[in-house]
Amino acid sequence: MTGLGAFSQLLEIVMALLLAPLLGGWINQWRAWLQNRSAPGLLQPYRMLHKLFNKESVVAEHASPLFRGAPYIVFGCMALACAIIPTLSTDLPLSPAADAIALVGLFALARVFISLAAMDVGTSFGTLGARREMLIGFLAEPALLMVLFSASLISKSTSLTTIVETLAHRDLAIYPSLALAGVAFTMVSLAENARVPVDNPATHLELTMIHEALILEYSGRHLALLEWAACLKLFAYSCIGLALFFPWGIAEAEAPLALLLAMPVLILKLAIGGALLALLETLSAKMRIFRVPEFLATAFLLAVIGMLVNILLGG
Amino acid sequence: MTELVGQLINLLAAILLMLSFAMISQRRILSLIHLFTAQGATLVAATVLVGYATQQPHLYISAGITLLLKVIAIPLLLHRVITRLDVRWDVETLINIPMTMIIGIALVIFAFNLALPISKLSVSLARGTLGIALACVLLSFMMMITRSKAVPQVIGFLSMENGLFFAATSATYGMPMVVELGIALDVLVGILILGVFLFHIREQFDSLDISHLEKLKED
Repeated sequence: MTGLGAFSQLLEIVMALLLAPLLGGWINQWRAWLQNRSAPGLLQPYRMLHKLFNKESVVAEHASPLFRGAPYIVFGCMALACAIIPTLSTDLPLSPAADAIALVGLFALARVFISLAAMDVGTSFGTLGARREMLIGFLAEPALLMVLFSASLISKSTSLTTIVETLAHRDLAIYPSLALAGVAFTMVSLAENARVPVDNPATHLELTMIHEALILEYSGRHLALLEWAACLKLFAYSCIGLALFFPWGIAEAEAPLALLLAMPVLILKLAIGGALLALLETLSAKMRIFRVPEFLATAFLLAVIGMLVNILLGG
Repeated sequence: MTELVGQLINLLAAILLMLSFAMISQRRILSLIHLFTAQGATLVAATVLVGYATQQPHLYISAGITLLLKVIAIPLLLHRVITRLDVRWDVETLINIPMTMIIGIALVIFAFNLALPISKLSVSLARGTLGIALACVLLSFMMMITRSKAVPQVIGFLSMENGLFFAATSATYGMPMVVELGIALDVLVGILILGVFLFHIREQFDSLDISHLEKLKED
């Protein structure tokens, strides 16, 4: 572990924590523009977080310690996930701690705790949201794993930094398997981050909400942490997508100058990605909850085909 | 450079496979025709690339024929047919798409397994894509089996021809020109006849559901 490695690790975490709400605000702005509404300010998510942190947190009478602890666990999981995904540099001291499979496990851990907390208070909406969340989760996880496996078949390693190193610093080559995996990954991340075809992040309509139903009972600083964690999750997924499919510009070890360049490149890539996500959300209509298994089965299938194509065509 | 072209052909093959799966799970007839057009366009691009990489000018001609026929003429014909049959906005009720998809995966594995020994013997540029072409043929075949309406079945038939054409291009750099012209004409005549058939089925049974054809007698 070098000093530079520790520095880039620290920089990555701080950047993820600070930029994640901005990414959310950026996407909301684009959504508003594309739908002919006047947009909220770019800094609106920060204002909301600030407001929520200053408010009193009201907890239900019968809530167990699990209910109070869940926001911290979820936030911690998401922050750690952001730390092990190589966004700026592949020289990360924390990244040997978890490979691609453990990363999926981290997301699963967060999901289990938020669902348990939603059921804990015993309101019907919380239970409903938790069940839906688990339904989506158990279908999306295998697809996400398959996507990560397609990428690791190319680099022969499940470590995220090795994958990115192999993909970013190779001769120009086109991998058909990654094209299939890319489509599958887009579908999975739409489902996992509660975006439009699966769930509407802006809705509070009882019968359709999933993510909002889960956090309905939270208020004050707990709610702020959960909202922030949701932003971090979107940020983490965007970064996985960028690292796997558009890895150019991520700095290698022992390259302090490349680190300087990596930051504007990442911000540019995130800005384009966010605008594209908003466009995708505007173009598609929310599907019925019973269509979601079909949607995710397609994602799983595409990822499997990607792996098969990789074996057939020899990478 | 040749290596990059080879990889591009592989990418186009993967897109063909993806489009085949999209066609299986598509409910709307209009989107089905759009997907078929996209498949034809991908096929044209792949043929041009194979022709460029192997210096075989006759592949440009067959790419041109494909462009005229499968990207322009047949989709136009299909659009006219569905407008006149008034099934433009029809949504077919498909049963159990996930199940069909899993069978689809099994078919793909079968096709890949079958093609692997063949492509090991071959020395052609796009040898790996033979398995994908075979998978496309099988998937279109399955689409014809699972659909109950006539128009999607016709599209399945046409998409099967796409798969066969791609197999010929990738395995042997295309068939002789005479054969290719013959097939192109066959497909065109086939679609015309099928178009006439569609109108007749419709006139007879007031619906395009081909399960009506199973009865021998009128009740």
